[in-house]
Amino acid sequence: MNREDFPMLHKDIIYLDNGATTLKPKCVIDKMVEYYEEYGANAHRGDYDISYKVDQEYENARSLVKKYINAESLEEIIFTAGATESLNLIARGFFANLLEDGDEVLITKSEHASNVLPWFHLANTNGIKVNYISLDDNHYVTLENVKKAITPHTKVISLAYITNVIGDIRPIKEIAELAHQNNIFLVVDAAQSIGHVKTDVQKLDVDFLTFSAHKMCGPTGVGVLYGKKEFLENVEPLILGGGMNESFDNEHEVYYKDLPTRLEAGTPNIAGVIGFGKAIEYLENIGLDKIADYEKKLRKYLVDKLIDISFIDIINIESDSGIVSFNILDIFSQDVAYYLNKYNICVRAGNHCAKILKNEVGVKNTLRVSLYFYNTYEEIDELVELLRNKDKILEEML
Amino acid sequence: MDENLRRDIILDNYQNPRNKETVLDERYIKVNSNNESCIDDINIYVLIEDNILKDIKFDGDACAISTSSTSIMIQNLIGKSIEEAKLYIKNFEAMVNELDYDSELLNESIVYNEIYKQNNRKNCALLPYVGIKKILNN
Repeated sequence: MNREDFPMLHKDIIYLDNGATTLKPKCVIDKMVEYYEEYGANAHRGDYDISYKVDQEYENARSLVKKYINAESLEEIIFTAGATESLNLIARGFFANLLEDGDEVLITKSEHASNVLPWFHLANTNGIKVNYISLDDNHYVTLENVKKAITPHTKVISLAYITNVIGDIRPIKEIAELAHQNNIFLVVDAAQSIGHVKTDVQKLDVDFLTFSAHKMCGPTGVGVLYGKKEFLENVEPLILGGGMNESFDNEHEVYYKDLPTRLEAGTPNIAGVIGFGKAIEYLENIGLDKIADYEKKLRKYLVDKLIDISFIDIINIESDSGIVSFNILDIFSQDVAYYLNKYNICVRAGNHCAKILKNEVGVKNTLRVSLYFYNTYEEIDELVELLRNKDKILEEML
Repeated sequence: MDENLRRDIILDNYQNPRNKETVLDERYIKVNSNNESCIDDINIYVLIEDNILKDIKFDGDACAISTSSTSIMIQNLIGKSIEEAKLYIKNFEAMVNELDYDSELLNESIVYNEIYKQNNRKNCALLPYVGIKKILNN
């Protein structure tokens, strides 16, 4: 649906790599051009009309984010460069100051690198321990397994809402409840879920939530760190400079601004943030429920077809998101991706930045199709037709 | 070069790679070779005695072009002196990068003489050479 809104879809391509990034609708692109062409000044600076306009647009985007995830206040929305920066900011600006030798952080083996490496870093600097919640036979996280993994030393649980290879939707609300009963912080990496399923941070009761604009029809280079205000207040800014300071005279007299500006040093990605606001309006106009419902149907249609092909091994037959990971037996996934590229079909091959997942599923690399609302049943038909013939793949992949 | 022959040689070396086994013998020098932009990941093991590349093996996961290129490279290099190996490598790299080269020296590696037409696969063909050079230049 809504294909006409996307300039990239006027090209002759079938884009099935939405887990990596989504395409941008014309209204988002236009909004960013509008900033550069009509009021291209800096934010929080000038006393002149166009700078005032920048502030209005920039802060309007913050309001749109707040409403989109139902945060309690605007101060809880920090603009960053993306989910990766957001996760690093809380690991290194908050938990690094809080966690001590022997404290435990729980993650899973299906997390993205950005929800693994910042914790590994703390393991090396603070002496914390990174432990793993076991995944079930479908590679899902169950509440039961979270319970089993919690020890008296567990201080943080950090999980993706939807994982980028398996595509399972985690029971975040229940995990939050369990975590808080045990005085454990819950960090949620919402990069893969934010443009696909409704997110209500108050209902979920998460402590921190991170995501990127570009995975929800917005521009690259913009993301969000949401945190409960009481915790965000204690996040130490890792980047210091203009915009975030109140005043300074010498090294002993430095005063930072309040949230959210305190954590947004330097000139931000103004065009990106403003474009992001437009992307949120765009998605809300379509409706997240409608998107999730359509993706689910489209996924089922694809899986039902792939399952009939004897030489295709699907890693995640069951999954509620639009992600399908699979392999053609005895052909390296990247060769299949090259083959599909010859027919202008864009799919991803590899480990998808989930490098410790191989220990769990026993497969190092996969092909990944990740769907979005602008994909069609016809596109899936074309993909499946090309995958149905193994000899043709071998013949044409070189 | 005949396209069918080219395909047969590449596919044969991909599906039945020669000298593909993990080496535990400590006399072999081991090097890992991976491409930044892709998921190819191979280890190469080289036994050098009296300036001669006595034996070479490899293991790991890589695409059809990388795997076949490694298999063919190893067959070509076993028995060569370090200097001969370097000359062979120089010629192979020249071919992939569309520079002047001596095709006589390359044997079956000539199957990649048109790989330059696929920019995204040049690095696949060059993958094992990145690794072996690390060993020979040390």
